[in-house]
Amino acid sequence: MGEISLTELEARAAASGIDLSLIDIDSIKLPPGDDFGVISDDEDIYQEEQMDFDYGLGNTIVVDNLPVVPKEKFDKLEGVINKIYSQIGVIKEDGLWMPVDPGTQKTLGYCFIEYNTPQEAELAKEKTNGYKLDRAHVFAVNMIEDFNRFMKVPDEWAPPEIRPYVPGENLQHWLTDEKARDQFVIRAGSDTEVFWNDARHMKPDPVYKRAYWTESFVQWSPLGTYLATVHRQGAAVWGGSSAFNRLMRYAHPQVKLIDFSPGEKYLVTYSSHEPSNPRDANRVVINIFDVRTGKVMRDFKGSADEFSIGGAGGVAGVSWPVFRWGGGKDDKYFAKIGKNMISVYETESFSLVDKKSLKAENVLDFIWSPTDPIFALYVPELGGGNQPARVSLIQIPGKEELRQKNLFSVSDCKMYWQSNGDYLAVKVDRYTKTKKSTYTGFELFRIKERDIPIEVLELDNKNDKIIAFAWEPKGHRFAVVHGDSPRPDVSFYSMRSAHNTGRVSKLTTLKGKQANALFWSPSGHYLIIAGLKGFNGQLEFYNVDELETMATAEHFMATDIEWDPTGRYVATSVTSVHHDMENGFNIWSFNGKLLYRTLKDHFFQFLWRPRPPSFLSPEKEEEIAKNLKKYSKKYEAEDQDVSLQLSEQDREKRRMLKDEWEKWVNQWKLLHEEEKLQRQALRDGEASDEEEEYEAKEVEVEELLDVSEEILSFEYGQE
Amino acid sequence: MRPILMKGHERPLTFLKYNREGDLLVSCAKDHNPTVWFADYGERLGTYRGHNGAVWCCDVSSNADQSVKLWNVQTGAQLYTFSFNSPARSVDFSVGDKLAVITTDPFMGVTSAINVKSIADDPSHQSGESVLTITGPTGRINRAVWGPLNKTIISAGEDSVIRIWDSETGKLLKESNQEVGHKKQITSLTKSADGSHFLTGSLDKSAKLWDTRTLTLIKTYATERPVNAVAMSPLLDHVVLGGGQDASSVTTTDHRAGKFEAKFYNKVLQEEIGGVKGHFGPINALAFNPDGKSFSSGGEDGYVRLHHFDSDYFSIKI
Repeated sequence: MGEISLTELEARAAASGIDLSLIDIDSIKLPPGDDFGVISDDEDIYQEEQMDFDYGLGNTIVVDNLPVVPKEKFDKLEGVINKIYSQIGVIKEDGLWMPVDPGTQKTLGYCFIEYNTPQEAELAKEKTNGYKLDRAHVFAVNMIEDFNRFMKVPDEWAPPEIRPYVPGENLQHWLTDEKARDQFVIRAGSDTEVFWNDARHMKPDPVYKRAYWTESFVQWSPLGTYLATVHRQGAAVWGGSSAFNRLMRYAHPQVKLIDFSPGEKYLVTYSSHEPSNPRDANRVVINIFDVRTGKVMRDFKGSADEFSIGGAGGVAGVSWPVFRWGGGKDDKYFAKIGKNMISVYETESFSLVDKKSLKAENVLDFIWSPTDPIFALYVPELGGGNQPARVSLIQIPGKEELRQKNLFSVSDCKMYWQSNGDYLAVKVDRYTKTKKSTYTGFELFRIKERDIPIEVLELDNKNDKIIAFAWEPKGHRFAVVHGDSPRPDVSFYSMRSAHNTGRVSKLTTLKGKQANALFWSPSGHYLIIAGLKGFNGQLEFYNVDELETMATAEHFMATDIEWDPTGRYVATSVTSVHHDMENGFNIWSFNGKLLYRTLKDHFFQFLWRPRPPSFLSPEKEEEIAKNLKKYSKKYEAEDQDVSLQLSEQDREKRRMLKDEWEKWVNQWKLLHEEEKLQRQALRDGEASDEEEEYEAKEVEVEELLDVSEEILSFEYGQE
Repeated sequence: MRPILMKGHERPLTFLKYNREGDLLVSCAKDHNPTVWFADYGERLGTYRGHNGAVWCCDVSSNADQSVKLWNVQTGAQLYTFSFNSPARSVDFSVGDKLAVITTDPFMGVTSAINVKSIADDPSHQSGESVLTITGPTGRINRAVWGPLNKTIISAGEDSVIRIWDSETGKLLKESNQEVGHKKQITSLTKSADGSHFLTGSLDKSAKLWDTRTLTLIKTYATERPVNAVAMSPLLDHVVLGGGQDASSVTTTDHRAGKFEAKFYNKVLQEEIGGVKGHFGPINALAFNPDGKSFSSGGEDGYVRLHHFDSDYFSIKI
């Protein structure tokens, strides 16, 4: 049906005997979506508008509360607005439009500004909303897209629908594993897989596998409840009892980094965006989400400079995490370092504690105690040595300085908390008198003792370089790798000596180890002295209680080492980030016995699933450790069963493989025999096949005997 | 087991072959002269001079100078030269030595091909005409060998597919299953002593054992490095895989990173038995003496290492 003009319509109506004047056109309802070929004028316009909306009005803002000016002043006002807004971004050509009342020729008190990119528009909105042109004119800036949304808000308030309670999944289900196994996640190629570490069966036991699960990396939450994945649109967390279901999504476009609070109540996400003006710093967006509800609790936006650490114009990049969580697992405080200050926020209100940041001139670094709302901060030397460097302990929320230590001719400081927050070690690099070289010492703070005594520790040879330092988790010892790079020494110290609990004492020094990293077992007592990367993956499993080496091994080219959360097993891996050969991981027992190897090409990540802290009291734990023999009896029997079963299965498998092979061989022999004559013919009758018969097949029987011996030797191994 | 080092080539080794009696070993290398050695103590017996390009393969006698030459093993006299328009890659004599299969590389617009030549009893009657020419597979055909009773030809190469052809008609009979087959270029192929099964090595870091008649995949041996060469022991159920990090990507890090080892696997259980180190470059060629008591390996480093097994090798038990 073509278009019908009004006269035609009248003519047709007359022809069919309808009096048009009697018909209420508005009452005629056409089926939706069908215009019967009649194109409405209104619709035309509407469509055009619609198109405009589709084509990103996202880069257009509306500025309200402008002064209403007559025609003469129009250009001046336009100039002012142009000046303000072109600072923020590039305004499109003719992108500034200030409508004028056609009657009075005065402006209407608002204008539209179109930028080149939505990011600029967003930035302009943030920066100038609330901008005071003068007392009477405070700008109200909105995105034009938002207007559309605001218009749709219904006038009447409707009560939100109350959804029936659905019991959630048991997110701690993995902890109830009968064999108390631990899980780990690996990422290789495009696949992300979760396994049980089945050390008894000497192999990983698959739990869940998914291709393209994440777009960059995965991360467990600190208590192991969630597995977080990162996507272009935002982050997501997964968990549950049976499979890994998506529990929550956190929208944050182009998210780059994520960080959980230690009690996994909050998730911090970070993204950085290229500025439209190449001279500007990158724009940074940080969101803090409530993990369970997915609600944004607070967002921070600004230029990358504001979030880069190092005080006065230090490092260019952002050091992650920007926000460091304090106060242990309660997730009560988080703080960030800024220029000459530390901003501490509390999660009750998500605002600054006491509404202001803590002033600290030139502060360079700060670290929270892992358990208490205390942090240590480091201020470098100033004024050419007139003002000494300083390490302070600050308690939140009071912001009292608990302890302070001034340090002289310092080149650098590094702070290490012990996992229970009992001790703080500060590694201080000082200049020698000539200022040409540095030497290192330690300042050891005993946090839990009265007045926080500080002790100075210098190495036997104080010119030694410190290559690595590590506290024993939950313990009172620490280990240091020091000396010259090819064969440094490893020393162990204890904060308590046998007769004097208040003094640090050296336990022992191991000379000339190929080591550059230290990995304590999470339960203490054991330590891996590792030579990673340059040292090709040398591993020494060391028992610090007995001060003896349990085993030395090598995982060639190993790049990463991670203890499982219980301290029973260790994973060493070669990730493709550093080395693209022999990618994969090895699982070792705590005492250095290789349990199994898995090779994976393009191996990126190996992460043990963390466990929440034990509910057992320290006394109970001690009691168990003391009566371990009694408790472990049951498990030893189980282990034996499994290993017997395993060797049985193994034998069965071998027998099967052998039988299968035998079948092939017999078939081949038969065919070979059949073709013998033909082959001879091909050889002009020469029977030079040299067909040797296999008589010695009986050897196979001996094989079996041998296998039964293996069981015996296995039992020896058990003892 | 102390290897005998045989330094007779100036360029990387490409192929090794024992004669049927196992007393002679022929080595081919990218220098132009195949060399024949006494397989027992490694003394050089002589060289076959005449090629002017890398020699890629031999069957007791092929090669980048676009020719395949027929030699008299005893005298080293050149009997005949098959000329091709593109570099020849591999050669294999049929049972009865009446036919030879020669593969040629894709070169200057000429596609790769499998050529069957008939070998005359009297060299003077030798003709250069191909009995049959098969084309089809894309990329280099690294190896083509005869199937049972010369009825089929098995080929494998750059496109990672193993194909069985009818040697009379040149019809494609079978192709290896993409799912279970190799994922990358197949570098080597070796038949068992009785021709009933064959082993292929590939850059996908694995070697696979196939049935010659049905092209059924029987075993897979996984390693950590690309496989350049494979060999099967005629005596024990052992297979040897050689290879290593690609020569062009060998870095300056620890020499162990390359893994230039010849690895022994139990053929039936697919389990690693041990390794023989020594080369300081990837292994390009492996061959077992027909008596199974020694084997030799040829490397990118230009050495041939001849290994006589110790007596405890023959009593290895898993």
